[in-house]
Amino acid sequence: MRNSRDTQLLCELSRPGRRAARLPACDVPERDIADLLPTEATASSPPALPEVTEPQIVRHFVNLSTMNMSVDTHFYPLGSCTMKYNPKRNERAAAMPGFADLHPCQPEETIQGMLALLYEMQEYFQEISGLPACSLQPAAGAHGELTALLVAAAYFKDLGENRSKVLVPDNAHGTNPASAAMAGYRSITVKTTSDGFVDMADLASKLDDEVAVMMITNPSTLGLFEPHMREIADQVHARGGLIYLDGANMNAILGITRPGDWGADMQHYNPHKTFSGPHGGGGPGAGPICVIEKLAPYLPTPIVRKEDSLYALDFNLPKTIGRVRSFFGNVGVLVRAYAYIRTHGPDGLREVSENAVLNANYLLSRVKHILPVPQGNRCMHEFVASANTLKKDKGITAMDIAKRLLDYGFHAPTVYFPLTVPEAMMCEPTESESKETLDAFAEVLFRITEEDAELLHDAPHSTAVSRPDEVRAARQPVLTWAALSEAN
Amino acid sequence: MKQEDLLYAKTHEWVAVAKEGGTQIATVGISAFAVEALTDLVFIELPAVGKQVEAEQPFCEVESVKAVSDIYAPVDGEVVAVNSALPDTLETLSSDPYGAGWIAKIKVTNDANLAKLLDHAAYQKQCEE
Repeated sequence: MRNSRDTQLLCELSRPGRRAARLPACDVPERDIADLLPTEATASSPPALPEVTEPQIVRHFVNLSTMNMSVDTHFYPLGSCTMKYNPKRNERAAAMPGFADLHPCQPEETIQGMLALLYEMQEYFQEISGLPACSLQPAAGAHGELTALLVAAAYFKDLGENRSKVLVPDNAHGTNPASAAMAGYRSITVKTTSDGFVDMADLASKLDDEVAVMMITNPSTLGLFEPHMREIADQVHARGGLIYLDGANMNAILGITRPGDWGADMQHYNPHKTFSGPHGGGGPGAGPICVIEKLAPYLPTPIVRKEDSLYALDFNLPKTIGRVRSFFGNVGVLVRAYAYIRTHGPDGLREVSENAVLNANYLLSRVKHILPVPQGNRCMHEFVASANTLKKDKGITAMDIAKRLLDYGFHAPTVYFPLTVPEAMMCEPTESESKETLDAFAEVLFRITEEDAELLHDAPHSTAVSRPDEVRAARQPVLTWAALSEAN
Repeated sequence: MKQEDLLYAKTHEWVAVAKEGGTQIATVGISAFAVEALTDLVFIELPAVGKQVEAEQPFCEVESVKAVSDIYAPVDGEVVAVNSALPDTLETLSSDPYGAGWIAKIKVTNDANLAKLLDHAAYQKQCEE
């Protein structure tokens, strides 16, 4: 029952004169555009926007949405992304007019509710990380990384220290070395051992007085808690460096242990992962950061302060790195995260992490009999299986399995990351899933590994699009409708 | 070039050293094993001719549908030539990795690192592990 007519491009559906809205007559004096804008700012002809009716638009997007997978429709064990369920009450809270209809230029006294929420979020993030200062401004996790590194750079500049390096373990998210480079540092890779932990000998050989920051993801992308964490932090601190904690995997440790207690000087959060904000199309993200006291003067402004019973924006940080985002950051996702934190409370958040870790270990205990899990029998919130043996024996790759899972109604795990595990399949079930779902997933995974390799090479067989040509897409990208028309 | 006659870095580059006049010229590429592990390649960033390179440090990079990977210089030296046809014919990296798929030629200024490279048998052994 797929409707491919209405999922054509809107430009293809367009007919001159069709409209989805009728605008009221203009009730202010009309002025010619040429009076308002200089000629070099205006186009010679209007843009070729599609002209379609409201039913066409609705059918177009509703039909497209049925071709997709989401946490609302399918189990989505996409490792590292923490695809937990996004409670609908978060959406109700974020849609309340007192939040949704605010204008960022309103006077402070008229947005006290929003400011109170943001102030409390600063406090919650500080408490959960064990770090005493917070900025809500960064617009995404990687932006949080960059912001924190710029804060560190400002701190070292203030000390008169000229440090040039950032250490990053080889199983880190690719954003870590990218953020280091963006902040003007040279990223140096630290090896991990075959057990998946930081190679202490390699760290010792690379740690010197040039190191500004060591970025570490703990629990790591292999779903392991770094056993040498305290030792690593002590060694970096002894050389005057700082520890940055990539907070991508906070879902494993909420209310159980705090990065600030094991030596982290800075960290970011991904509210869309840990605190159930929607991913991607659900709205812009946020990447709030927390830092230790001595870095607080360099945080971006404004910070929300509470004076007596009033909330106010504080721009008076003489050493601040300045703004990193317009207004107060992306507050919509923070409202959702607030709703989530308040719904659970401290004990509930701890239970979230306990169940996330329990679910991951249960799935691990079943999957390890199907695909080897090189880094052991226990994990935190996720684990990384390897299809390497299956590839050697039967020619079935991690990508084949990932694509075939779609036919069975499961979103695929993250594949080919981290790069340290060949044919990696990174599974993160999150706390949202039932035992029945995890069992069904393990059973399907087993069934796929028994299937004919040829069938898998051509999978998925049931989706609207089977295997996009990734090489051609990267080498000869067609990015506009006009280019598509030309290509055809 | 016969792969049995080449030297290999642990990071999967192959090297062929030839004497031209009084200087050693190292031709560098990446092994068939590396090309297969990288999967489908989409982009290569060649080094600039004249670039000074340092042994065991990245000197150019190759991008696949999976990831961007560094290619490491096997010796200290200066890039004297690059295979400028390669970016448009990336498939040569898999069809002829030890011949038409060469990446760059480096004028060796310090050959100390050559002694650290593996011969074909030792490299094969590393790949099997």
